[in-house]
Amino acid sequence: MTATEVSTAPVPGAVTTTRASLRTPIVLAVLGVVALVFFGLLGSAGSTTTFGVSAGTDFVTIDPVEIPSKAGAIVLAVLALALAAWSFVMARAGRTVPVWLVAVFGVLWVLAFLTWAVADKSTSLVSLMQGSLLLAVPLAFGALGGLLNERAGVVNIAIEGQLLTGAFGAAVLASVTGNAYVGLVAAPVFALIIGSMLALFTVKYHVNQIIVGVVLNVFAVGLTSFLFSSVLKENASQLNSPPRLEVLPIPLLSQIPVIGPVLFRQTVIVYLLYIAVAVITVALFRTRWGLRVRAVGEYPQAADTVGISVERTRWSNVLLGAAVAGLGGAFFTIGSVGAFGEEMTAGKGYIALAAMILGRWSPIGALTAALLFGFADKLQQVLGVLETPIPNQFMLMLPYVVTIFAVAGLVGRVRGPAAAGEPYEKG
Amino acid sequence: MSDEKPTPPPPSSAAPAPTRERDPIEHTAGTGGRAAATLREISTGNFGVTVLAFVLALVIGAILIIAVDDDVADAAGYIFARPSDFFGAAWSAVSDAYTALFRGAVLNYQADTFAGAIRPFTETLTVATPLIIAALGVAVGFRAGLFNIGAQGQVIMGAMIAGFVGFTWNLPVGVHLLVALLGGIIAGGLWAGIAGFLKARTGAHEVIVTIMLNYVALYLLQYALTTSVFSTGNQPKSPSVASSAQLPLILGDQFRLNAGFIVAILAAIFVWWLMTRSTIGFRFRAVGSNAHAARTAGMSVTATFVLVMVVSGALAGLAGATQLLGTEKFLTDGIAGSLGFDAITVALLGRSKPAGIFLAGILYGGLNVGGRVMEVATGTPIDIVLVIQSLVVLFIAAPPLVRAIFRLPAPTTKEVAA
Repeated sequence: MTATEVSTAPVPGAVTTTRASLRTPIVLAVLGVVALVFFGLLGSAGSTTTFGVSAGTDFVTIDPVEIPSKAGAIVLAVLALALAAWSFVMARAGRTVPVWLVAVFGVLWVLAFLTWAVADKSTSLVSLMQGSLLLAVPLAFGALGGLLNERAGVVNIAIEGQLLTGAFGAAVLASVTGNAYVGLVAAPVFALIIGSMLALFTVKYHVNQIIVGVVLNVFAVGLTSFLFSSVLKENASQLNSPPRLEVLPIPLLSQIPVIGPVLFRQTVIVYLLYIAVAVITVALFRTRWGLRVRAVGEYPQAADTVGISVERTRWSNVLLGAAVAGLGGAFFTIGSVGAFGEEMTAGKGYIALAAMILGRWSPIGALTAALLFGFADKLQQVLGVLETPIPNQFMLMLPYVVTIFAVAGLVGRVRGPAAAGEPYEKG
Repeated sequence: MSDEKPTPPPPSSAAPAPTRERDPIEHTAGTGGRAAATLREISTGNFGVTVLAFVLALVIGAILIIAVDDDVADAAGYIFARPSDFFGAAWSAVSDAYTALFRGAVLNYQADTFAGAIRPFTETLTVATPLIIAALGVAVGFRAGLFNIGAQGQVIMGAMIAGFVGFTWNLPVGVHLLVALLGGIIAGGLWAGIAGFLKARTGAHEVIVTIMLNYVALYLLQYALTTSVFSTGNQPKSPSVASSAQLPLILGDQFRLNAGFIVAILAAIFVWWLMTRSTIGFRFRAVGSNAHAARTAGMSVTATFVLVMVVSGALAGLAGATQLLGTEKFLTDGIAGSLGFDAITVALLGRSKPAGIFLAGILYGGLNVGGRVMEVATGTPIDIVLVIQSLVVLFIAAPPLVRAIFRLPAPTTKEVAA
């Protein structure tokens, strides 16, 4: 209760630049040492790790790669440490550590980890990457939906509910019509139920956005589970056995070794994700519409003064965001398992929220973070089958822990749109 | 605790009630002459809105029940030939479901024995116990302007540690129970304290951190249940807590109602005292209504953030402990159910006031217990209860919407968008 404590209050952006720039190299160095010691030096000598690098249907098949586990992990860890050292040099010279360096470091680190974890066994890198991308699809759509909301100043905790209603709508309408593509159209429409409620209560009635989001998630669970138990269960053959989206390989591109089957032998929903990321990136940062949206999210008073309707912008963005998130919901049913199940999104909406934050409210960042979380999830599944030394609960925990570190500023400070969460009252 | 209605107290008590302005769901609260306002309050004010919000939510629930009912669907096929059949079927579908709900939640008038007749209400109180305690925790956060969305995780941590003390330690009767409850309180408080600490030190938003901590806690529990300390054999299920650590039953062996309910009452009184009578509570409310002013007045806002989260989490941890030591007796990964999220809605429905939360908790407990009976008796899925609960909170949070639907005048001169 003294005056000195006043000055220690958190101020956004108060971290000094010199400390911030050395933080990344330190984190990389620590991680590199962990990889060297645990995956390399403490790894079992004499075992080999086998990585499959092509799918069976490839145009060009490549034989699986076998590497000695211990030596392989040590080499990869040393390479990672070299990158960490380089980042120190760069930071010393006053330059910020580039993103690609961190990305390459990440790949090396994960490979070192895999080499250690899969010792004496084999795993297919192609199916690992394919699975990661698939698991990232709903997260990425959810995160895109979330950032469309937050860029306009509305916090969207209801991503979970939008995914769930989207999944429900896709399953039911695809079943009724027997056409998966009808389901794909229905998903965003159903998610609009939640989106319009979010807009109604937050934009029109100025109810606290976090409260509305939390309550809407409960509402979505209640509504879909109620309809599932009372209608879908009895008539599963007509209402809940949708056809699934078929895989549409893109000619030529899908024949590229390794990345071809991963990126271009997917369902239409994955291609829609590529398009959505590109379109939203351009729209938000390169068009007049995007500038207006961001103005409303950062400083609605100023936007209002120059004649932008804050209310209309927020309404349209909340609805648009809900539709995009709903598209991700379609993945849960027609994009993967087919039938709808109660509470089948199982908290993925909250991971999408985390991906949005970790991706710093940018579409490409959100996609990257979603891929990271998708990878963690897929890895957890693979390692669970292989019975590796890491309990899979800790792998499942990873996205959440990373997000806590991210919002706490331990891996670079994140700052969202300034007016997110604030209702705007004209006047 | 004299004020039994979930309406806000008059802003004339000891403190100049700074929470009124910033209470997240009271943005339209009017100010005006007391005497004249009282009548208006009843018809159009908060209490009236609460009742009307319930009516609306029950009506929407009824529409859903009618929409999926088979008999109604059959009658709808010849609605123009015999409309009475349709309305009769619709009425019986709704009234059957809602009377079963009442029978399951309050009084089973079809039971042969007295014990059987009052059993539903004792079950309601049993289920309401952890809900009330956890909601009190969430409310402490709300009043201080912090959103503790992490009650779920704090309940899990509280149950986990209380269980650990309960089934591994050997302590004398009485002491064992107290230590186990204390373990739950500390575990919940520390878990929420992480979010408070991070907010104070780095500005990390507590909503995000607490949501993430929910999942971390769940996976920690799932992991713990695979270890030999917490698990019996191959099942992901812990041994039962020692009888010395169990909360005693208060209505005899026939009923599950246990001393946890008394703990809930004590917790409500404690929170009432804390928030309205103590210096700490004043600081909480001051920070909640205007952090800048509180800082200028010499209060440490950052220290208050940490303390608020610790108190909030400690109550949620206590809720987990009572759930485990009183009702469940052993740990599974479903120990918390949806308790933490329900607690948020209960806190909102109770308008973050202890008396309101106490009633809202019993109401929610009743809906949950009655919902199960309804599901068995009429086949109406219990999930309709979630729909009703969430709609009630949404409507209560937006009084202008409720007034617009019922075409009521606004309570103040301020024009309400229709």
